[in-house]
Amino acid sequence: MTGLQKKRLNGGLIDRSQPIDFTFDGESYTGFAGDTLASALVANDVALLGRSFKYHRPRGLIASGSEEPNALVTLSRGAAVTPNTRATMVELEAGLTAAPQNAWPSVRFDAMAVNDVLAPFLTAGFYYKTFMWPRAFWEKLYEPAIRRAAGLGRLSTAPDPDLYDRGFLHCDLLVVGAGPAGLMAALTAGRAGARVILADEDFALGGRLNAETLVIDDAPASVWLATALAELASLPNVRTLSRTTVFGVFDHGIYGAVEMGAPTAKDHAPRQTLWRIYSKSCTVCAGATERPIAFPDNDRPGIMLAGAARTYVNRWAAAPAQRIAVFTNNDDGHRTAADLAAKGLTIAALIDTRANAPDCTDANETFKGAQVIASEGRLRLKNIMVRTASGGRRQISCGALAVSGGWNPNLHLSAQQRTRPVWNDAVAAFVPAPDAVAGQRLAGAAAGDFSTAGALSGGVNAARAALADLDIKVKHSKLPKADDAPTRITPFWYVSGTKRRAWLDFQNDVTVKDVALAQAEGFRSVEHVKRYTTLGMATDQGRTASTNAIGVMAALTGQDIAQTGTTMFRPPYTPVSMGAFAGRSRGKHFRPTRRTPTHTFAEANGATFVEVGQWLRAQWFTQSGETHWRQSVDREVRAVRNDVGLCDVTTLGKIDVQGVDAAAFLNRIYCNGMAKLPVGRVRYGLMLREDGIAMDDGTAARLGEDHFVVTTTTANAGAVYRHMEFARQCLWPDMDVQLISTTDAWAQIAVAGPKARKLLQRIVDPAHDLSNGAFPFMACAPVTVCGGLRARLFRISFSGELAYEIAVPARYGDALMHEMMAQGQDLGATPYGTEALGVLRIEKGHAAGNELNGRTTAAMLGLGRMVSTAKDSIGAVLSRRAGLAEDTHRLTGFVPVDGVTPIPGGAHLMREGARQIAENTLGWISSAAFSPTLNSPIALGFVTLADARKGQTLRAVSPVDGLDIPVRVVSPHFVDPEGGRQRD
Amino acid sequence: MIIPHPLLGPRDAQEFTYLGDASMIQRPDGTAEGAEDALFNYVYMRDNPAGEHRELWYHEQGDRSWLVVTRNTVTHEITQVELARDVALALGCGA
Amino acid sequence: MRYSGFRVIREAVTGHKGWVPVWRDPEPQPSYDIVIVGGGGHGLATAHYLASRYGAARVAVIEKGWIGGGNVGRNTTIIRSNYMLDGNEPFYEMSLKLWEGLEQDLNYNAMVSQRGILNLCHSDGQRDAYRLRGNAMRLHGADAELLGPGEVRAMYPFLNFDDARFPIKGGLLQRRGGTVRHDAVAWGYARAADSRGVDIIQNCEVTGLRVEDGRVLGVDTSRGFIGAGKVGVAVAGNSSRVMAMAGLRLPIESHVLQAFVSEGLKPVLDGVITYGAGHFYVSQSDKGGLVFGGDIDGYNSYAQRGNLPTVEDVCEGGLSLMPMVGQARLLRMWGGIMDMSMDGSPIIDRTPVEGLYFNGGWCYGGFKATPASGLAFAHLLATDTPHETATAYRLDRFRNGRMIDEKGMGATPNLH
Repeated sequence: MTGLQKKRLNGGLIDRSQPIDFTFDGESYTGFAGDTLASALVANDVALLGRSFKYHRPRGLIASGSEEPNALVTLSRGAAVTPNTRATMVELEAGLTAAPQNAWPSVRFDAMAVNDVLAPFLTAGFYYKTFMWPRAFWEKLYEPAIRRAAGLGRLSTAPDPDLYDRGFLHCDLLVVGAGPAGLMAALTAGRAGARVILADEDFALGGRLNAETLVIDDAPASVWLATALAELASLPNVRTLSRTTVFGVFDHGIYGAVEMGAPTAKDHAPRQTLWRIYSKSCTVCAGATERPIAFPDNDRPGIMLAGAARTYVNRWAAAPAQRIAVFTNNDDGHRTAADLAAKGLTIAALIDTRANAPDCTDANETFKGAQVIASEGRLRLKNIMVRTASGGRRQISCGALAVSGGWNPNLHLSAQQRTRPVWNDAVAAFVPAPDAVAGQRLAGAAAGDFSTAGALSGGVNAARAALADLDIKVKHSKLPKADDAPTRITPFWYVSGTKRRAWLDFQNDVTVKDVALAQAEGFRSVEHVKRYTTLGMATDQGRTASTNAIGVMAALTGQDIAQTGTTMFRPPYTPVSMGAFAGRSRGKHFRPTRRTPTHTFAEANGATFVEVGQWLRAQWFTQSGETHWRQSVDREVRAVRNDVGLCDVTTLGKIDVQGVDAAAFLNRIYCNGMAKLPVGRVRYGLMLREDGIAMDDGTAARLGEDHFVVTTTTANAGAVYRHMEFARQCLWPDMDVQLISTTDAWAQIAVAGPKARKLLQRIVDPAHDLSNGAFPFMACAPVTVCGGLRARLFRISFSGELAYEIAVPARYGDALMHEMMAQGQDLGATPYGTEALGVLRIEKGHAAGNELNGRTTAAMLGLGRMVSTAKDSIGAVLSRRAGLAEDTHRLTGFVPVDGVTPIPGGAHLMREGARQIAENTLGWISSAAFSPTLNSPIALGFVTLADARKGQTLRAVSPVDGLDIPVRVVSPHFVDPEGGRQRD
Repeated sequence: MIIPHPLLGPRDAQEFTYLGDASMIQRPDGTAEGAEDALFNYVYMRDNPAGEHRELWYHEQGDRSWLVVTRNTVTHEITQVELARDVALALGCGA
Repeated sequence: MRYSGFRVIREAVTGHKGWVPVWRDPEPQPSYDIVIVGGGGHGLATAHYLASRYGAARVAVIEKGWIGGGNVGRNTTIIRSNYMLDGNEPFYEMSLKLWEGLEQDLNYNAMVSQRGILNLCHSDGQRDAYRLRGNAMRLHGADAELLGPGEVRAMYPFLNFDDARFPIKGGLLQRRGGTVRHDAVAWGYARAADSRGVDIIQNCEVTGLRVEDGRVLGVDTSRGFIGAGKVGVAVAGNSSRVMAMAGLRLPIESHVLQAFVSEGLKPVLDGVITYGAGHFYVSQSDKGGLVFGGDIDGYNSYAQRGNLPTVEDVCEGGLSLMPMVGQARLLRMWGGIMDMSMDGSPIIDRTPVEGLYFNGGWCYGGFKATPASGLAFAHLLATDTPHETATAYRLDRFRNGRMIDEKGMGATPNLH
């Protein structure tokens, strides 16, 4: 019968008109709208929810909120499988399927629980001391066994089907937490007209107001809460984000938050949204987290935090058990007894560690100055043993034990910028250090102010202070009236004098004994203890464990707690899905895609595309009958060498340089002279980095006295432009020169091959004389094409053929390509891609990315003489340092001795007969290709004594391929070494 | 981080590209006596302070201004932002 | 005390009463032959090798906080020797060999786990660069394999092969690469050094380097002056600050590198993978957490914390490479301060101050270098000559133009 909810009480903030069916561990259950998975399981009397990490001890709920360390389940929702999900944070939804973790074959009977028997051998850090012999066994035997035991939930290896989004929000005041303090802060700022964001991790706003039986303004707190929420909803300047965890504070008021989609959200809505919140100020009202008390076997299902027991009973009308005991060191235990008794539950006993504890009329028995020293019940609590003040023992039967060791302020957001919290004896807790984060204030329990009245006034005061900083006027309004009880607590950390284990970190199975062992072994710093025992490294990051451990450490060392201190707080406050951080930037959308102007032409003409940075470029164009890419590439190369080829080279960086000082400016940017370049001419230019290494090469075309267009390689377009702006603004601000990147503004197409001129004469308007005499090699000019379209024509050649690059406004690029193909049909006009482009340049011995690798000098590239000594240019001076000036490796050509074996790029060069060791390396192959022109593999590479070795036989050695290829050292200019063809 | 751009107001640091110490504005004259030593120090050696640091940021995804940002490297607090060109002109760079 | 399985069993049955502190907690003596500033991995390793291999007797390591609290306690635990340049590869290969024998040398199980490191490539040019590097590794005696896309897919079928913005074209695999339990490295070296008489002095901050007539006399500390014949500084992240006490400037900037760990998950990822088209690398720890990272934030910082854009960038890379990790939750992020040097390579050298030695500039790669760095620094401190594998790590290489620039980024530290 799925409708049976054995432990459901009356009342609560659940909607009984909306039953919800769900599945846990293969069993079907029913809860109500308003339930969490945890509260629905409590109502259904399910106490055993999982197993601990190391000892596989049976575990149930400890908490009711995001600090829960035990109740981690794997959620399945369609194809989405989410491991390690805290049952306390899962809003119940129809069809929800959850399964326990870290247990085999079942959570009731878990074979790995043998670890619990072996516990004496598995103490903190035992693995550092053993598994060392024999050496090979570590990786073969020991570690695989340890690894098999690793982790809790299982990640699906299928792609994550969930949708994530990211967004940006701006506000005057960010309020973190919508309990009484946060609500008052938001109301105060909202009424003043400030832009407010109020965020809370819960799906119901109100914080502890929903969990307690508090009175505000002489009425149940729920009345005030409803009014406050209604007012906030009416304020257009207040944005309320429920289900939203503010997980981290970053620089300058930026907070990270993650919002979970509501169960009712449509399928196409994001499952999670990551918000980057830009706040002018922030008020943290994140409440507090209760801490347990360490006593022997305090980890059994049914032993939970007292505040959590109240929450399950008050908010969700779900009873952890009918008969409950309370163990406390502070007055909260008494409040728990009262609330639970009011709901008709039996308080079997209240055990208070304080000898001077107040009386408790709600409990069957009250033990003052007493401790719980043992518990029984394998899968669920059955009995506890009490040691009374007089040293007597009493066994008490109970199905649950509510434990309160005091409350820790949720001050994480104040401590993430390395200012550590400070210990406060009055409330027996770490409280935020003052002014820890610029623009941030804390209020309410997060600030260590645990009363409702303190929360309400603290929220107002924090908001007023924030608004004062922002010069926003605040109207006075009446403070609601609420309880103002002081915190009465006597710290009590752990029960001593027994041999049984007492848990501090429930998930990672770290006990008081482990901390004591760490101390005995010299791990005395709190950071050492954490790292040695793994305490606080579980999914709750020690929220229920760390302060207790510090208390234990202090007691063991005799230091006080303030001296002992805390470990470092780090974001996120609670774990955040990696998917949320990535948003939509994944898969094909990982990075933007830039398409060239002729992309649609290329698509229609059989292009295979290749990623070149963010660009997609045509790699080759497959024609019918071609079955291997080499056939296409060879054909394209031959077309350029014999007829005319067309290649979109828009991706090369284009920078417009204008101004009276343009020539002088470029003269300092390039290592070779640019000052005297005549108008209408282009010059090859080499840029050095200031450290003297080659940075980039390209061309500078002088279109006018005060106007240049320079090109860069595709890869360095951004970096070169940045570098030139740096030089312009920072180094030579007095120069009259302006720069703009025009890479995307102009489509540029290389027209290369013996018939290039003939083709262009059909494209360029007849007014322009393209004859060799009128427009020679390295000429440039603004022209018009196709009857008046403005264009720029450069006679430059990367292929070594008669070649031009023609640029038109980008939106005409595709049309120009079509027109040239149509006009060049009888000339054999052929589009070619990056692969043929690479072959052509290797045949000519031109350097490209593999040669300009950030370690090569002008001399290595064979361009040493370009570095002018007659002027100061960037990099010239440091290029003369000994280590750079030495003429070591030089770019040259290689062919296989047998004429057929391909030479792999990345092979090392060695003498014949030399052993294959690093000392014998003479250089390396940087680029390789098959040359259809030579009908042979060819390669470029760097080798020592390049000139002397011309004609010699070396070996291209590639151990990773098992290759050892005899190669002959040749000129890097495989085709037309005299360069006549490009000048024809 | 947020960089208050002198022309454009507050901007996320993500829009910028970082270069380093603002001393890089003062490039030694490559033709002067001892230029190699001076340029070696200029290119390689850094004060690298823990505290206030004047540094160069480039508004690459914005107006392409180079800025001199005075920022504390321990707290990341930004106390001053200037156009690098103004700083360079005031220093007489390039003259 | 010697550690062994028998010892663990004996202690277990006798109630763990016999364990003693892993290292002593001595008061500083007035002077030592050698004082090492910095109780991190490199400083402690230096002390161990000084004592065990060079017979140095009066050695102290002084640490401002608790040992292992710097980058050795805050990294992504990867070891590898997959370098290309002659100045680097022999050094890192020696380091890897020292890792392979570390447990036996230290009698401490730092869980050296050679699970393999795979660098993915996404273009022909990148594959050629990896071939060049892999061949350099092989020629230096290290292991390296160049894998095609099919072999990568067989190893890691869950990588993004079908919907990738930058398709996987292969990878460079070093099977001997892997991970080590990072904290245990510091503790193991500390224990071994301590057992040979090295004083490890925690909570002792250096406030000054005392230099007279160009010679170092010792260190002023928060616990008084400590005289020293030689002072070795190994304080990555704080190198510029400490060396400034001797009036020295360095070719180093301090930058923050963030790293991340996910919640514990059942084993799904065997080795270490680095994405070649984005800033993401990942491994899975023996506890089950995915340990991952990416690029430095990119601005000078001593703050040991980073900002959101880098977190997002790293996770974008993660999901693009391994589309399943969207459902893994990021548990903790942290930042460490890197000595980013001007060529991306470290410095182990004497300084212009006699008796003052410097070890730093490790960028984000110092962890894997810990054993070799310790050995080479010990060699330098003991013999005044550089170790044969570390001859290129000179301070004056920038002056002479003999940079060791694996990435080819030049004197822009945040690009290395």
